[in-house]
This record gives sequence, C-alpha cells and structure tokens, in this order.
Amino acid sequence: MSEIPVISVENLSKRYIIGHETRHDTLRDRLTHGARRLLRGQRNKSEEEEFWALRDVSFDIRRGEVVGVIGRNGAGKSTLLKILSRITEPTSGRVTLRGRVASLLEVGTGFHPELTGRENIYLNGAILGMSKLEITRKFDEIVAFAEVERFLDTPVKRYSSGMYVRLAFAVAAHLEPEILIVDEVLAVGDQQFQEKCLGKIRQVTRQDARTVLFVSHNLKSVEQLCDRAIHLKNGCAAGIGPASEVVSQFIHTGNTNHSAPEDLKLSPKLVLKRFALEKSECPGRGSLGYQLRFTATEAVTIQEIFILVQNLQGERVGLLDLRRPAGARRLAAGATLTINGAITPCLLVEGEYVLGLFMHADNEQREHRDLIQFNVRPAPPRHGLPAIVTQALGTTLLDGDFHEEIERAP
Amino acid sequence: MERAVTPQATLVSADTSASRALVLESGRSDAHYWRDLWRFRELAGFLAWRDIKVRYKQASLGVAWAVIQPVIQTLLLTFVFGKLAKMPDGGLPYFLIVLCGNLAWQLFTSAFNGAGNSLVGNSHLISKVYFPRLVVPVSALAVALVDFSIMLLLTVPAIALHGILPNWQLLCLPLFILLAVIIALGAGLWIAALTVKYRDFRFITPFVLQIGVFVTPVGYRTDFLPNWRDLLALNPLSGVVDGMRWCLLGGRTDLYLPGVAVSALIGLLLLGTGLWYFRQTERRFADEI
Repeated sequence: MSEIPVISVENLSKRYIIGHETRHDTLRDRLTHGARRLLRGQRNKSEEEEFWALRDVSFDIRRGEVVGVIGRNGAGKSTLLKILSRITEPTSGRVTLRGRVASLLEVGTGFHPELTGRENIYLNGAILGMSKLEITRKFDEIVAFAEVERFLDTPVKRYSSGMYVRLAFAVAAHLEPEILIVDEVLAVGDQQFQEKCLGKIRQVTRQDARTVLFVSHNLKSVEQLCDRAIHLKNGCAAGIGPASEVVSQFIHTGNTNHSAPEDLKLSPKLVLKRFALEKSECPGRGSLGYQLRFTATEAVTIQEIFILVQNLQGERVGLLDLRRPAGARRLAAGATLTINGAITPCLLVEGEYVLGLFMHADNEQREHRDLIQFNVRPAPPRHGLPAIVTQALGTTLLDGDFHEEIERAP
Repeated sequence: MERAVTPQATLVSADTSASRALVLESGRSDAHYWRDLWRFRELAGFLAWRDIKVRYKQASLGVAWAVIQPVIQTLLLTFVFGKLAKMPDGGLPYFLIVLCGNLAWQLFTSAFNGAGNSLVGNSHLISKVYFPRLVVPVSALAVALVDFSIMLLLTVPAIALHGILPNWQLLCLPLFILLAVIIALGAGLWIAALTVKYRDFRFITPFVLQIGVFVTPVGYRTDFLPNWRDLLALNPLSGVVDGMRWCLLGGRTDLYLPGVAVSALIGLLLLGTGLWYFRQTERRFADEI
C-alpha cells in the first residue's frame, strides 16, 4: 500500500522571467517597445532576467506521511506548492500525483463581502473542491467550529477580522482530500483559535492518515506535526529528512541577514525600502537601534505598525508598538516614511531572535516574518554577581529593586 | 462517529490506482481536461450563482438596471433610425423593431463583456486555486442570461399589446439565444485570454461594441436593405438579430436564411478558435495575471 509514492517530484524547476524595464502589460507597450528596438537596431538581451524559483528539486512522499516544507522567504516554498496544486506549470522536470489534491494556499479564497456567512460557506467550499452535498452534510460542523451561529445570515463584510478568519478556516478544516497541501495559513487568528486549528490538523493527519504537505515558518509545529521535512534554500532542496534533523539544520546554517530584503512588497501600495539594525547584536538590557523606511506607491493609510520579535523556534516573544498617539499615518503616493528608534532596554535573554513586521494598512492586516535576525549577548552581570545560566533565566530579564531587613531573634 | 461513504470515496479509489496517476510537466496537454471540466460543473454553478446574487442583492435595483438601460437605448435608436433617418418600417411600429433588435444585442453585449472580463475579474481565484479555467468565462454568461430573461418577460407582453401575437416562430427563439451565446463566448474567450497577457484589450471591447451597434441591424431592418444585406451578413450578429426579431414579431419580418447560416458558421468558428487559443494560453494564466 505504501510502496508507490503518492507524490513524486523529479528534477522540478520553475523559472520566471523578470524584466528590468516595466513589464509589458499592454499591447501598446509591447508595440512601442518593439518599434523602438527596431529603430535602434539592437537586440537588448540584458533587459530580461531569469529567476529560477525552483531548481532541480526531487523528492517522494508516501501515503499517510506528513511532510513540512521550510525555508526563508523567497526560497521557493510557495512556488512548489503552486505547482503541486496545479495552479502553475513546471518549466522542466515532472510531478506525478496519485490521489486527489486539495490546496489551502490562503484562507477565505473567493469569499465575497456582500454575501452572507452561510452563502460564503457554500461558495468557498465549492472553490476548495467540495461538492454541494458534502458541504450540506458538514454545514453544522463548520458553523460550530467557527463559532458564528448568530451571524450566519449577515453579510461577511460586517464580520470582524477574527470571525472572518475563523469561518474561512472552518470551511477549509473540513476538507477531506487524500492529499492536503497547506501554506502558512495557520499564521492567523488569536492564540486560542490557532490551537484549535492545529488540533484539527493533527486529527486530520493522525486519525485519518491523510498525506499532508505543510509549509510553515513555525518550526515548532513543523517538528510536532511532521514526520519528515524539506528545507528549501534559493530554490534547491538543501535538506530532506526526519523533521527534527532538518529543522535544526535549518536553524544552524546561519540564516543570518542583518537587514531585510530590499523593496519587499508589504501590500499592494506599500513597499519596505529598508529595515535594518544598527548592530547585529546587543547585550541584554542594552539598546538595539533600528531604522524602518516605507514608500507608498499609491496613497495609503497605515493604521498600525508593530515590530514582531520571535525566537528561532518560531514563537512570538514580544512586540514593539509603533502606533502613534496622533493616530493613523496617511501617506500620499510616492511619499516615504522613515522611522528611527531603538528597543531600549532590550530585556530578552541571550539567544538568537528574528524580527518581523505586522502591518495594518488600508484595513488589510498582514504579518511579514523572518525579516532580520539578531543576537542578544548575555547581559553584563549586576553588582559583580556571577552570571546565571541561560536556561534558568527563561525568556525575559526581569528587574526590580528590593529592600530587606533581618530581625534578630528576641 | 460513523463516517458515511461519500461519493468521493468511489472516485478516490479510482484515482489512486497507478494507471490513473496525474503527471504534471511543462507543455503536457491535459487529457483529463474535459473530464475535469465536468467534475467542476458545480463550481461553475456556484460562481454563476454568486454573480447573480451579488447583482440582484438589492432586487429592485438589480431589476431596474436590467430594464432601464436597454429601454433608454431602444428609445434613442428608435429616434435616430426611425425619426431622423426615416428607415422603412414595413408597417410595424418602429419601436418594436428596435426593441427586438436591442434585446438580442444586449444579450450579446452583456455575455461578451462578462466573459471577456471574467478572468481578470477573478484573478484572485485563478492565482490561488486549481480548476479548469474555462469554468470562469462560462459562468460569467449567467448574469447576461438572467438580464435577458427579465427583458424578454417585458418584451413579449409589450409586443402583444400592439396587437402582434406570438406565433409558432417563438419556439425557435432558444436556437437564436444559443447562437448569440456561442458568438459571445467565442469572442469572449479570445478577449479574456488576450487580456490576461495584454491588459489594454479591456479597452478594445467597449470600442468594438460602440461600432457594433451601428453595423448590426439593431436599429433597422435588413429585409429592406437588399444591397447591404450580404455585407451585413458578415457580421454574425446580423443573423441573431434578424432571427430574434422574426421569432418575436410572429414572422412579420423576413428571415434571410443564408445570413443565418453564415452567422452560425462564423459563430462556431469563433467558438472553436476561441477555445483553442484559450487552452493554449491557459497554462500561463496564473503566472501572468
């Protein structure tokens, strides 16, 4: 039964062509560009650049396995999932699928704000591949999981973002495909709901023995849920093996960068031009200076900005609130917002940490993880006392003065 | 907890046998495409339902929109061709001539527009979910058909009120509806696929339609233009317009059969080539959209 792999990937490669001039999105552009080239009589090859999102990736997945896919942003994880989900074609190489695939590349795909919760359950279910019969059968379970009974007949545009996400995930959680492909969709909702989602995924994988391919930045859940893991680095398979091994290999291959990738698109209207730290490390209780720079491609209102701090296991350890008392920031098209500041004092225990950003702009909320890595050195010992072993310190340095007196026995 | 055996259970065992493996490779045409399309018929239905629901969420407004715009256009064309140009009416109220013509034209316009914009309008779905992309333009026809039905329900009594009762010709109406849809879908598939790659094709559509109103016999009768008839017949919609007019007005206008034959031929050609081009470019939609 488990002999023939359910997913076979052989030498899979995917290439995108990125033009250095503006993409020829219109016929007019293409025609004028062609005319210009003709007049100049040159063939300018340097205008186009190839970008290999995936290079010669090969692996097999057997039925019932749960496999995690990890890697930095831009390593090719989403591209791999898109190909396996049949959304895009390989450039070369081959994928063989033996079983029905359902993909969750996003939560709430196809939700229409004017339709009610009830209507969106059917629409979203159908988009994910469920038949109408199946959706009707599971309707009550889905509603109970999402905890939205009271609001079923209200248009979804009136839902809070939490409800929206719960409903979207509830539909997706009740898919029963043979092969489930999931892309980081668990990075949403509050703590309690995330636990619930993880629980459901665990149930789906352990009890029902389905094959799952799971992309996540949360290394802890990858270790917990997955049998094996694949580490993608710059489009290549840098490691394939038991989950815990691949995860520690990933942590320790110094995925260091001290400043975020340039020109990272945070949202359709906002580009991150610079997110850099003054130094790549700081002592405990020290000061960690940073600079953030955003450029707006179109007029945008930024409601909230937070810097997120997580440890290497992917757990959130803290956040820095960059909201202004004056309220949301409004940027005109082309404007640049620069924020200079410092995390002072840095009360993190020694170790390696990763910074990310949470942006709430134009009513859209997005998290961007894994932007910069930095180290915290042991805090200088106080009053000449010997340093305490890191494990005992926990996660946070706590301070407080105390006074005391010793009474003698009468 | 018992798990009922779902219809998927049987499909599952068929799919997992080694002989039914699905291979994804560059340039490999999908032998399962048409079977997949059948499997996703429910999705097509849901997308159509979604479009209709959203359009008619506020029922009175939705219906009003479906009626007001065609009626105003009919009145304008009646004025231009009937009063100003004084085109021959052959004894029929000019308003009715234009009404029937416009009915056909509106069906084509909304179906063509709907199908043409469908891919770009659903770009979010296309980049996140797999389904045979043909589902999208096909489901976009639904709203056009609903709008048409509403206008038809108003047109038939309007004609009857003028003393023209429907005859056996009315039974042929579905054929002409089908022809209009075939032409609209064929042209729509071309535009939809081209618009993914070249965004400015979106602007070609309204331009073509603006010219179309005049080179299609919406505002005038072809049976009184024998010299122009053959030239007009090159426009596949002439056959559709003539046909619908003939059906609705109880055969009081002439039906130029060779013209209808040409329409059908061109329509099928459009559909065939449209399908071909769509399938050719489909594999790159998610990358380019």
